Amino acid sequence: MRAFWALVARDIKLAGRLGGGPFVGLGFFIIVVTMVPFGVGADLPLLSRIGPGVLWVAVLLATLLSLDRLFQADFEDGSLDLFLMSPLPVEMQVLAKCLAHWITNTVPLIIAMPAVAFLVNLETGIMLPLIVSLLVGTPSLSLIGALGAALTVGVRRGGLVLSLIVLPLYVPALIFGAAAGTGDLMGTPMLFLGAFSLASLALAPFAAAAALRISVS
Amino acid sequence: MAKSIQRFANPARFMALSGAVLPWAAAATALTLSIGLYLALIASPPDYQQGETVRMMYVHVPSAWLASAGYASMALACAVGLIWRHPLAFASAKAMAPLGAAFTFLALVTGALWGKPMWGAYWVWDARLTSVLVLFFIYLGYIALWEVIEDFGRAARATSVFCLAGAVNLPVIRFSVDWWNTLHQPASVARLDGPAIHSSILTPLLVMALGFTLLFVVLTLVRTRTEIMERRAASLEMQQAQAGMIVGAHNG
Repeated sequence: MRAFWALVARDIKLAGRLGGGPFVGLGFFIIVVTMVPFGVGADLPLLSRIGPGVLWVAVLLATLLSLDRLFQADFEDGSLDLFLMSPLPVEMQVLAKCLAHWITNTVPLIIAMPAVAFLVNLETGIMLPLIVSLLVGTPSLSLIGALGAALTVGVRRGGLVLSLIVLPLYVPALIFGAAAGTGDLMGTPMLFLGAFSLASLALAPFAAAAALRISVS
Repeated sequence: MAKSIQRFANPARFMALSGAVLPWAAAATALTLSIGLYLALIASPPDYQQGETVRMMYVHVPSAWLASAGYASMALACAVGLIWRHPLAFASAKAMAPLGAAFTFLALVTGALWGKPMWGAYWVWDARLTSVLVLFFIYLGYIALWEVIEDFGRAARATSVFCLAGAVNLPVIRFSVDWWNTLHQPASVARLDGPAIHSSILTPLLVMALGFTLLFVVLTLVRTRTEIMERRAASLEMQQAQAGMIVGAHNG
């Protein structure tokens, strides 16, 4: 387990020191949300109605943006080869990478959520369910994304294909997440969202580890 | 079981067998499709509610059937390929992907065209239409992944992992879209929950479905054969290039 936490700490440190750290993703997220009123008009009741969905889509896109670096940097400098030979199971390494990715990319977005929510005129009563839905649902985005990143590691223009293969798999998370973001805390969509996250926690590391072994072989 | 698969998985045996079967299968496809089209477009009665537009169904339903059956057989081929490491299984999965995507596209287009007179709009976010659209995107992702990874062995196994992940996720997507649709179901959409299908419509439908399936099988065989020949040609070229290099080294 020490190796696991060492890997998490290393990835968090690297993410903090590499080109702007978490602020690039955060900036992207805020800009996407800002673009929506320009597109649909500054109609406050409309914005507050579509707000949770918009915020969920923006979180999804911001996650997607950072996914292609998940294994790519380690692949380029050769440390991925060494990781694969280490005694820590590859599945656990994937899990560590996902945890670090979630902490450095998604958690800042969730922290910024109360401020960003003003942009779409979100009702204050919805804030808590929305944040809980993000906390419950976004781990599945990192986990499924790890599968896509592992499949496209070392591929030229891999980022484009990555979004093509990952986004369809995100559909259930988006549907239940956006619905849970407007509903009550223990409602049906929130439970489904939790189930989806747990299922991806159980399955995605194995698929991503298999994909990593294939890509690096 | 495993042994018989091994026997058919020999590429040379596959080429001989599929070459012998192909003309007959193609003839059977042409025959079934022409009978089916005659029954569907001329012999069957128009629907008492939908009129002549019901004939869209004879293309739409078989396409939709092959959209999902195609993905299921692709996933099966991928699993066989990953378990027994057979290039033939990977080649057939690769061959099936554009066919499945094409039938999915056909199902979407005919669905949209049928939706216009029935629902009053080309596209409604009906649960079935929406999940077929997501299925189409997964097909595209699978094909794109094949395109970008250059090495055949690596591409074959990576795409297979993705195909299986999609197969696991598709029921969940289907369920979530169904659930989402009941949440947002617009009131204006009329559902087509008619009585059970009458045999005058069911017979041409089944014949068409059989014809479409045969077409899928024949095209899969043709495309798999092409894939094997392409790989053989590529390896011959490689051999030739290497021989040329050796000769060149001797001369130089």
